[in-house]
Amino acid sequence: MTMFEAILLTVATAATPLLIAALGELVVERSGVLNLGVEGMMIMGAVCGFAAAQQTGSAWIGMFAGILAGAASSLLFGFLTLTLVTNQVATGLALTLLGLGASAMIGETFVGLPGVKMESLYIPFLTDLPYVGKFLFGQDPIFYISILLTIGVTWFLFKTRAGLTLRAVGDNHTSAHALGVPVVRIRYLAVLFGGACAGLAGAQLSLVYVPQWVENMTAGRGWIALALVVFASWRPWRIFAGAYLFGAVSIGQLHAQALGIGIPSQFMSSLPYLATIIVLVLISRNKRLTLMNTPTSLGKPFVPDR
Amino acid sequence: MKKLMMALTMAASFALAGSAHAADKLKVGFIYIGPPGDFGWTYQHDQGRKQLEKELGDKVETTFLENVPEGADAERAIERLARSGNKLIFTTSFGYMDATVKVAQKFPNVKFEHATGYKTADNVAVYNSRFYEGRYVQGVIAAKLSKTGVAGYIGSFPIPEVVEGINSFMLGAQSVNPNFKIKVIWANSWFDPAKEADAAKALVDQGVDIITQHTDSTAPMQVASERKIKAFGQASDMIKFGPETQLTSIVDNWGPYYVERAKAVLDGTWKSHNVFEGMHEGLVVMAPYTNMPDDVKKLAEETQAKITSGELKPFTGPIKKQDGSEWLKAGETADDKTILSMNFYVAGVDDKLPQ
Repeated sequence: MTMFEAILLTVATAATPLLIAALGELVVERSGVLNLGVEGMMIMGAVCGFAAAQQTGSAWIGMFAGILAGAASSLLFGFLTLTLVTNQVATGLALTLLGLGASAMIGETFVGLPGVKMESLYIPFLTDLPYVGKFLFGQDPIFYISILLTIGVTWFLFKTRAGLTLRAVGDNHTSAHALGVPVVRIRYLAVLFGGACAGLAGAQLSLVYVPQWVENMTAGRGWIALALVVFASWRPWRIFAGAYLFGAVSIGQLHAQALGIGIPSQFMSSLPYLATIIVLVLISRNKRLTLMNTPTSLGKPFVPDR
Repeated sequence: MKKLMMALTMAASFALAGSAHAADKLKVGFIYIGPPGDFGWTYQHDQGRKQLEKELGDKVETTFLENVPEGADAERAIERLARSGNKLIFTTSFGYMDATVKVAQKFPNVKFEHATGYKTADNVAVYNSRFYEGRYVQGVIAAKLSKTGVAGYIGSFPIPEVVEGINSFMLGAQSVNPNFKIKVIWANSWFDPAKEADAAKALVDQGVDIITQHTDSTAPMQVASERKIKAFGQASDMIKFGPETQLTSIVDNWGPYYVERAKAVLDGTWKSHNVFEGMHEGLVVMAPYTNMPDDVKKLAEETQAKITSGELKPFTGPIKKQDGSEWLKAGETADDKTILSMNFYVAGVDDKLPQ
């Protein structure tokens, strides 16, 4: 394996959880709901994914357990904010706190146990291709899911009637409601999708990235995913670009350090954040387009009048 | 509903500090930088706390706050422990230093113990461990075993505690192979398993065949094991994460110190001090030497014995600084003050120290 290949692979592993969690949150926010609980749902996915894989010995079961755990956490959020109409910001923050605490409790017996690593794909000949073989044909299944998700979410949001309806709900829930669109039901589905994605992103962390369980192992990646959604002005391919840029710069700075080029490490560590923000702000500098893509009803409570 | 939410959030924040109360027990509080389940730094402090509870039984009652960030938040957390009746508070990370001193001024009757710092006061003691003694042994092993002659070093923050370790590792390695090299990556975090894993991967990709870490998670050990190279554990015995990978690990053994200091408060003999203890006092323990040939193991054990007896001090001249200037003359040993404020590399380290 050449250095180039190795770097490409680590970048993909670093970018995948951000991409998946951000895509999920994108759909949630496009439907007009702001769920700040990504970090909490992600860590629930990580712990449940690890636990299920550890118990059954199957990384696939772990992955589905992670997805379910994320979706279940988001259901709690949905019930509170959509049915009981609580404040979305406060509820989302509470969900993060709850997730961090609950995952530590669930995971207590799993600390220090070796995990199950999800096997990477291997296709004879194709995987052995020089330079891109490993990147295109030799990665873990969650990587391929993340790519399919990017394509799928783009297609769903912009090419299907259901996607149009979802965006309409996010732009103006009152009008959508007046047209007979089931606003709350659509938002529930969006929130569930977001939770499932966050759970999957968490499972990627504990099954692929670092196959072990340690408390707090998401270490703020949920928040980065949240920020990506906003800086990418709610567009799936920009999220893809942002996640990979972030991954590339974070891995690149580690290599630069190991080479000893002598730039202060504090600056290098902040570089992924700086670079991602600058690039995404630059590509979103067209105000009219950005406004067009911002879900106008984002974070506003909706109570259907009969 | 809003009320229920509030109750939920409040319950969540209280749940973080598990405690009950009793009148005449000595309440001892701990502030942790990571979760007790990190299997590294915080895990070992928590083992110390458990030993304290076990040995002193009914006489003490312990509380801990985990995942407390260094900085302004730390001050609030320490103050909360002081207000809730803790009479002895251990703050277990370098970055809590100023916060500890500040809170200590407000609570003259509470005793504070800050780990790995250097600021003391009448009610603030400092305790530190000579981890670097273990690093020296690691350096010896690394230089014996490495085929590429390059080791990878994952650092957290460029503070004296970590710089000491890098220098000592280097000196140990140079005692075997004068041309030994190390590549340093700063993670700028004490605990971020994914980032530590990335750093380890980057180091392996750049050709190191032994990894040592001064960050707190077991992720680098796991990467080393996947890539079939060797690694040293950190803070606790990490053999479970690399049964065929771990060479040894520096195990921080805080228990005896915690018991001694709690007893001192109970007896009324507690005094502020600044202690710096290592292998000799049993604060630094090495995990079993594994995955190495017998001759290397023997050399490691001999080195450890010499350091324990005081015959060998890692920072003994002649040592040059990185820039080539003389630091210690032949036979001269560094004093604790210099060691505790070390902010330079010794000759041979390839990294540029972030200032």
